[in-house]
Order: sequence, then structure tokens, then C-alpha cells
Amino acid sequence: MNDKIITILNLYSNDMNIYGDRGNVLCLQRRLEWYGYQPQVIEYNQGDIFPENVDIIIGGGGQDSGQEKIKVDLIKIGPKLKKLADDGVSMLMICGLYQLFGKFFKTSDGEIIEGIGLLDIETYGKSERLIGNIVTQSESFGDIVGYENHSGQTFLGHNVQAFGRVRIGAGNNTSDVSEGARYKNVIGSYLHGSLLPKNPAVADFLIEQAAIRKYGDFNVKGLDDSYVGQARKIAIKRPR
Amino acid sequence: MPKPLVTILGKTVKKVAGLRGGGSALPGLVVEHIYPDFIQHTLSTLPLGVVVISGTNGKTTTTKMVVELLESQGLKVFTNKTGSNFTRGVAAALLGDVDMKGNLHADIAVLELDEAHAVHFVDKIPPRYSLILNVMRDQLDRFGEIDNTTNMLRHVADATIDTVILNREDKRIASIAKSLIDKKVRFFGLDDSLLTLFPSDDNLHNHLSTIKTHKKADVVLSKFSDDSATFLIDDNEITIKINLNGIYNVYNAAAALSLVRAIIGKKIDQSKLIDALSKVTPAFGRGETLNVNGRQLELVLVKNPSGFQLGLKSFDPSDYATMITINDNYADGRDMSWLWDVDFTSLNEKGVDQISGIRAYDMALRLQYDEVQIKNIDINIKTALKKFISSTRHQPMRIYCTYTAMIIIRKNLAKITDVEVIK
Repeated sequence: MNDKIITILNLYSNDMNIYGDRGNVLCLQRRLEWYGYQPQVIEYNQGDIFPENVDIIIGGGGQDSGQEKIKVDLIKIGPKLKKLADDGVSMLMICGLYQLFGKFFKTSDGEIIEGIGLLDIETYGKSERLIGNIVTQSESFGDIVGYENHSGQTFLGHNVQAFGRVRIGAGNNTSDVSEGARYKNVIGSYLHGSLLPKNPAVADFLIEQAAIRKYGDFNVKGLDDSYVGQARKIAIKRPR
Repeated sequence: MPKPLVTILGKTVKKVAGLRGGGSALPGLVVEHIYPDFIQHTLSTLPLGVVVISGTNGKTTTTKMVVELLESQGLKVFTNKTGSNFTRGVAAALLGDVDMKGNLHADIAVLELDEAHAVHFVDKIPPRYSLILNVMRDQLDRFGEIDNTTNMLRHVADATIDTVILNREDKRIASIAKSLIDKKVRFFGLDDSLLTLFPSDDNLHNHLSTIKTHKKADVVLSKFSDDSATFLIDDNEITIKINLNGIYNVYNAAAALSLVRAIIGKKIDQSKLIDALSKVTPAFGRGETLNVNGRQLELVLVKNPSGFQLGLKSFDPSDYATMITINDNYADGRDMSWLWDVDFTSLNEKGVDQISGIRAYDMALRLQYDEVQIKNIDINIKTALKKFISSTRHQPMRIYCTYTAMIIIRKNLAKITDVEVIK
């Protein structure tokens, strides 16, 4: 173990943590330890002072009531988050916070919930819920496996790329084959599962970018990913 | 078709379905189609009406407790014992109990209903009493969000005619009381010293401190040990010997006591009540203990993060061999995310002897991240179970399993021990 600290910020850990999102934080924490770093997890909730030195930011999904509680605070820290994203900080936003990192969420009643516009995406609430196992394909990460459960449908603008192309499942919406969005080192996605333990290539991308940004290099050491290999193989074959 | 004919037809289907080992819901389905008001008509004749028990965790054992407590007071109780907690299951259970004319000889019906089914059921048959246990993340892929589930339960409470019993320590459930203006409401609760042992969904998933409430509860669980529990009823402390494995079962005993007190009222025979409670054992798979070749084997059904967490907290792993079996069939929930909301570090020291089920490798992956040692992994439940029993020679055994995994385990155990098989 060296003394290299990597700080993970768990964004709105009290209200945006549905569907095993804490698995993403745990995954980064352990992998950093296994790679020889010292992970430090800071929880940020509405009203807290936003910490100075952050290397990775993780956010999850919430219920309507949870999103209601955090939305004002999120707008307040939005400019800080945007600056960090442009500085190359690694971020992963799942489901609810993925949507609110976009420009807006328009509910099925026509109400517009403003997002922070860090990602060039728009989301529309629909009556149909997109639920089930999902597999997408990405040039950077190969197959991405997980589980989606959302009624918001997201459409990508020109300043973002898709995180993956849907092979099985629905993804961002029912009209195109995109799933999630990428901008610099920021990833947004609808995938639970949890996403990072199930897709270690994505976890290692976030870690590698954070380590290079902070310490100038990252020496990859092979970890034992035999269980995850089997788990992914089986997940891909399961019914939707 | 007149009711007696429907009854005979339904009973015949039930018999035939039973002969070919069919499911418990089929005869109910048949009756539901040809006589949609069958349940309503039959249940409306009961002198003490209908009781609905719903919530995420503990429905089956609590229903069993309530039935046995009511029987101790001399009532004849109809219940959906098969654990088929959907409307069709109720119809099927009714068919077994009615006479050929379609009359049900019972004083009261106590029904366990899954949240999503309870909503529709109470629209047709408003219960006289309802008991709402808790609301936790469970099968979110079926019900959507936990706030939606709370609304379903609020609807059940709203439809109740006489008395609603609510969990004071679950803030979503307790808040239902606010909208129940013209109904009697009773709470069951915990002594402050026990609050941290029974985390609500919010306590489980974030670090918000437990908020104390000052609403007076009808029955409070004030302390408990392995074989006894102390309840505060009417400001009197009563200590009762118990046979309920698992701390959540003990808290639900407070819920059952409160409900039975509401139903029986002043005529209650307290000594018979206490005697009956001390004899209640958990429903199948809820901490039930079997004997396999002279060794103890415990089955713990796990369906959601809170249930799994409470199970791990309830049962000390130190002297036990442990097996975990995770399936992802429809009845189990297809989304594996929930495993990441459970803290498995209590298994660090002893490790896990055997992992099995369709999603065995998801479970293995989860344990890897809590740095829990795993001895064997085998997706096939039958061979895994054999290996588990033979490789852990002298220790007592414990198996945590999801619903469809439990069905397979019971079927295989039935070949070597005495166990109730679920059809």
C-alpha cells in the first residue's frame, strides 16, 4: 500500500441510492485498495460544504421524493461540477442523477425540471416503464451488462457520445439504440446491476483517469476477475 | 351459474389439479372466471369480517401468528395458508374450506396479501381490520419505487372499515395515519433501546439518524433474548417464552398482538393469548429448523436487502456451515442490484461453504467485494446441496435462499428428511 490517496465523492448518498448504487462506490473503494491506493469516501448531501479535492464523483438514482429534495442544491453546485468535469474529473451518474446532469427532465404532465446541463441530453417522462436485463456494446469497454428500470426517455445532443449501443434491452429511449452518455471522463447511464462491479473495465477507466490526473500515471496490476467473467456470461443469457 | 354448482365445479378442478400435482392457483382461476363475485359473496357472510395483512417483510409468519392467536380465543379462522398471497390463491383456499353449498363455516378471514394484489382486493372486499407491517425495497422491478408501494398500502388502510394497525417505527407506514381521519388507528412499536436493531429502509440505505416518535403504541416490544420477549401492553410488562427464530419475527409478534387485541376487544383471554404466542413457530423458510441425518439445518428465505440484512443479523454464523442460493426467476426478482445493498461482512470470519443458484456468480462477486472467502460454487442446486451436506460434516447448517431456490432445496431435502414441500 502506498500513500496515494484517491478521494471518491458519493453525491447525495442519503436520497439518491436506489437499486444497489452503493455497489459502485464499494467497487471503486476495493479496487483502489487492491491496486495499492488509499481510497477515501466522502458523502455529500444537500446543504453540506462541497469538498475541495475530489478525484471521482459517483451518483445514483432516486425516487421522485428524493429528487425533489436534492434538485435545488444540485442546481447550486452545478457550476462546480461542470468545472470539475472540464478539468477531467472521473464521474459516474446512474439513472436519476444521469437525467439531472442533463439539460432538463420534462414530466408526462408537461412540468419541466431543470438539470445542470453538464451533459448535452434531454429527458422526457413517459408512461411506459423500460424494465429488464440489458446488454450494450461499447468500443472502449466491450459488452456492458446490467439491469434497467426507468420511465424517463433520454435523447442525446451533439456534445455527447453514447456510452453504449443497445444489443438487448431498451437503453436511453425506444427510438434509437443509444444507452447512456459520455462527455470527457463523465459517464451517465441507466444501468444498475450494480454497474461497476459487473463491468470492471468501466471501473478501471474511472480509476485510471483519476490516478493519471492526480499522480501522472497508473500502473495496472491484474486483479482476479474470474467471478465477474462468469457472472457476465450468465447475465447475458438471462431473459429480459 | 348458481353458487353451489360453481363450488362443486371449483372443488372438482381443485381435486384434479391436486392429483396431477398442479399449482394452488388454478382452481381459483377457474372460479374467478365463471363466478367473479365468488370471493366477495363468500367472505361477506363472515360475522367478524375480513382482516388483511400486508407489507414487504414478515407477512407469512405474522399471518400464521394472528391465526393461532385468534384460534386461542375460540374463533374459527379462515386463512390463505398456502402462501399463495394473490386473489386467485384466496379463491383456491376458499374452495378447499367451503361446503358443497358454498358456505364458509368460519368467524373471520385473515388474509396475507401482497401489496400489489391487496390494492385491487380491498376495492372489492373492504377489510374490517388491516395490519401494515413495513415497506422496504423489494422487487422494485415489479412495483416501481418504494413511495409507490407506500401508496398502495395507504390505499389498503383507506379502504379499511374499522381499525388499521400500523408500524410506528417505519416512518412511511406511520405517516399513513395522518390521512385516516374517520378510522381507528393503533400502532405497534419498539422500545428506544431496540430501534437500531430494526432498521427501516432509510436507516438501511443511508446514515440518517433514527427519528423518535412520541405516538403512543398499543403494544411495544421492550426487550428480547433467544427464547423470550417482553412486551409492554396497557403499561403492563409481560414476558413471554417464544419459539420464533429471527428478530423480525419477534417484532411482528407485537403487530399480531395489537391486531388481535383490536379484534377481540375487552373479552380477550390474556392467559390463553400468551400461551398461544409462546407456541407459535415461524412459517416455512422463515428461520425454520429441519433435521438432516441428526444435524440441524436452518432455511432462511431472502427476498430483499432488508430481509437478507436482518437474517444475517439474526443468525450468528460462528458455529454454522453456510450456503447461499440465489435464483433470478420472476418470483425472485430479475434484478441482481439488491445484493449490493446487503452488508455481508458478518460472514468475513467464517466464510461461505457453498454458493449456488442461477446467479451464483453474482453472489460470489458480491462476496468478493466484501472479502468473504468462498469454498465452493456450483450453479446446480441439487448437486450443490449434496456437496454442502457431505462436506460440512459435524456442524449445523444454514441456507439463505431466494424463493424459487427454496422450492428446489425443499424438494431435494424431502428425499432425506421430513420437510413440507411447496407445490
